[in-house]
Amino acid sequence: MSGAGIEGARERRVVSGGVELCVAELGEAGRPVVVLVHGYPDSKEVWSEVARRLAGRFHVVLYDVRGHGRSSAPRPLRGGFTLEKLTDDFLAVAGAVSPHAPVHLVGHDWGSVQGWEFATARRTEGRVASFTSISGPSLDHLGLWLRRRAARPTPRAVAQLLGQGRRSWYVSALHLPRLPEAAWRGPLGRRWPALLERLERLPADGYPTASLPEDAAHGAWLYRDNVRARLRHPRRDAYAHAPVQLITPTGDPYLSERLYDDLEQWAPGLVRRTLRAKHWVPRHRPDQLAAWITEFVLNRQNDRENDRQAGRQHTRQGGRAAAARRPATAREAYAQRFAGQLVLVTGAAGGIGRATAFAFAEAGARVVVVDRDAEGAARTAELARLSGAAGAWAECVDVSDEQAMEKLADRVAAEYGVVDVLVNNAGIGLGGSFLDTSPEDWRRVLDVNLWGVIHGCRLFGRQMAERGQGGHIVNIASAAAFQPVRRLSAYGASKAAVLMLSQTLRAELAGQGIGVSAICPGVVNTGIVSTARFAGVPEEEQQRLRNRAARAYRLRNYPPEKVADAVLRTVLENRAVVPVTPEAHGALLLSRFAPRLLRALSRIEPRL
Amino acid sequence: MTADAMDGPGGELRGFREVQRLAYACAEAVAGRLRPGVTEREAARMLREWLRERGVRDWFHLPFAWFGDRTAFTGFRLPHQFFPTGRELAPGMPFILDLAPVYRGFTADIGYSGCLGPNALHRRLAADLLEHRALILREVRERRPLREIYREVDALMVRQGYANRHRAYPFGVIAHKVHRVPQHRWAPSLLGFGVHSLRGLAADALRGHRQGWSPLWSPYRVSGHPPVPGLWAVEPHLGFRGTGAKFEELLVVTDSRDPVESAFWLDEDLPHLRHRAEEVAA
Repeated sequence: MSGAGIEGARERRVVSGGVELCVAELGEAGRPVVVLVHGYPDSKEVWSEVARRLAGRFHVVLYDVRGHGRSSAPRPLRGGFTLEKLTDDFLAVAGAVSPHAPVHLVGHDWGSVQGWEFATARRTEGRVASFTSISGPSLDHLGLWLRRRAARPTPRAVAQLLGQGRRSWYVSALHLPRLPEAAWRGPLGRRWPALLERLERLPADGYPTASLPEDAAHGAWLYRDNVRARLRHPRRDAYAHAPVQLITPTGDPYLSERLYDDLEQWAPGLVRRTLRAKHWVPRHRPDQLAAWITEFVLNRQNDRENDRQAGRQHTRQGGRAAAARRPATAREAYAQRFAGQLVLVTGAAGGIGRATAFAFAEAGARVVVVDRDAEGAARTAELARLSGAAGAWAECVDVSDEQAMEKLADRVAAEYGVVDVLVNNAGIGLGGSFLDTSPEDWRRVLDVNLWGVIHGCRLFGRQMAERGQGGHIVNIASAAAFQPVRRLSAYGASKAAVLMLSQTLRAELAGQGIGVSAICPGVVNTGIVSTARFAGVPEEEQQRLRNRAARAYRLRNYPPEKVADAVLRTVLENRAVVPVTPEAHGALLLSRFAPRLLRALSRIEPRL
Repeated sequence: MTADAMDGPGGELRGFREVQRLAYACAEAVAGRLRPGVTEREAARMLREWLRERGVRDWFHLPFAWFGDRTAFTGFRLPHQFFPTGRELAPGMPFILDLAPVYRGFTADIGYSGCLGPNALHRRLAADLLEHRALILREVRERRPLREIYREVDALMVRQGYANRHRAYPFGVIAHKVHRVPQHRWAPSLLGFGVHSLRGLAADALRGHRQGWSPLWSPYRVSGHPPVPGLWAVEPHLGFRGTGAKFEELLVVTDSRDPVESAFWLDEDLPHLRHRAEEVAA
């Protein structure tokens, strides 16, 4: 069987209810046990990348679900895949690998559906220390979810039902007799790897394993044995007896995000995480998954340790009391998405960059603060740490310096890892008429405003692409990118270039799950004018002009914090071009629908 | 008016110092009694009652209390939002108590920032505030125009990474003059401000208008003059996202030529200075 098995894993067989389960173990015994359960149509090898990353810290256990991979199938198949029997399997495996301590459970797809059963059934109480659910709801919760919406068919409820129905067509197909098996053993099984590669953009790296057609054919009984029964008679007491972390891929073609709306009711203290990816996240985003699983498991270990010292019993977390609604504030959405992610912001010693660093810090991200002002950068990093960053470091680099940027990229990759979100913010201002602008002035502006962005995208974008686990690049352009302004030719040209670069790059990197956005703030109250230069103006006049411009910016008084918020929202929603201030919105609209008017406006002489 | 004259037989400065100490003692006592669940209104009432029991009958303004993100004036648009609300204190929350009692005709106006339980960010803000305290004194001694000092404070806040929140006060003032207030049996208040104090301020404003200065230290052109002798209640207010911190104390400005005599803080033994000294020592 080619590709089967996981490199460096110890294998053993565990017998449960007449089937032999193939169990693989990685990492030192004695460490906290993490059990990874795979979905459909998969085998335990779907976890290989995640397992490898977890093995350094945990005793990682994977097993092939009955009828999959190298575990044997029950005879007869019908009735052999009920959740009760799958629970027996889990208890047998957990008993074999960790007879005394409860295990941390992680499930993906059907592994997560099973996981919910393990985390809510009475007889597994005390065997599950924590549960991380990825792309697989509890069938009981799902049954009640459907009922509630069918019983009160408001337009929203109907839309949610239709939305999930559209995604679940394949479930009905799997209930047909014999046909699914024939398809899997025939053409579908042969084409599946290529199909996955196309639909999910998964790399063809020897997975799925050769056992796929059989796995998929047997696994159809997972649906037939459970779905109808549970949806018809959902358990009404499916409360989690262990802490739960829910990881939701926002681009999942099979499961709607709305399925988890009422989950706090079943799992109090639920930790939510979101990530922009499709269904097979264990293969799309192993780094992120491993990081979140590690953090969650270690926190739960600490809680248990504290509880034990305080002499408290770790009991069933009665959830009947608080039926909390899904958190809906932007702040929570940011925390769910950015916690623990590595964010690099250039020009972060002040203004928009600093505010952006703080906003990411507040969401619990790890922040690398880059600026040529070392003191300001250090200050930003310090306050970022104080406001909740999982880590914050200052780097003193001039973004226009190619070699320094290359060194920075190497250093960041070596010390902190691959950047998840890059914000190219550093920029300088230059005013003055075109004919007065010297080539030296042009060079300075283009070096920072354009080359700085190019270096950032080039170096960190490459790291993101090579890692192959997505990411996001935000370039701070300007409203001057689409709104011609007299005496802003160099600045406007540099920002227009950034805007086009962002859109081109967006098209180019979309295939690799890397989003690229351009933010066009408009007039924002920052220090950019106090350091701006005015071409063709004597030194003593410079300061007067700066003060004048600064005064106008102060009067407009649009806070950089609002731009920072726009940056986070942009990444969350993966938007392409985002104007921020009302005047930027207006200018973008005019540039589309009344460009002549915009050009006429641009001829107005600014008072300097 | 020299420092000696102010501290002379009348013991003017002593009177101001006494009431300022009383006000800070009140703030400390009430801060010590704050518990989770106490509302801003309850805290303000505690301040009022504590001082009333000790003989305070008139106010420059009635006590304010701000909890949580209200310490940074998040979302404040209208003046009535400054008044105490039903916001409840929770563990880890920052708070600010701002009170201005008039006692035996002397006015104090103080601000006390604290936090219910440890909060590293708040500690940082409180420490950084003292830089402003030093900056303001230094520049006042140099007799720089008040408006420019205001800008310098602003610039320091930007460097520190904070937002200027005293700009949210009426007229955006960082400080205002305080006076002796005539003692009347009847001391009404208008919109939270003591009528007698307001009258003094109005008289000052009129006099200042004729002489080219203003009793309100604001970022505007009216404050484009060097410091005017007298007592100034200085209140720089920092904001960082949902956390705010301020101090407010009396700065004595005299017309002495000696820089040290020309301006000094009325009292160097105040809670926020002691806390900081303890932290540095620790």
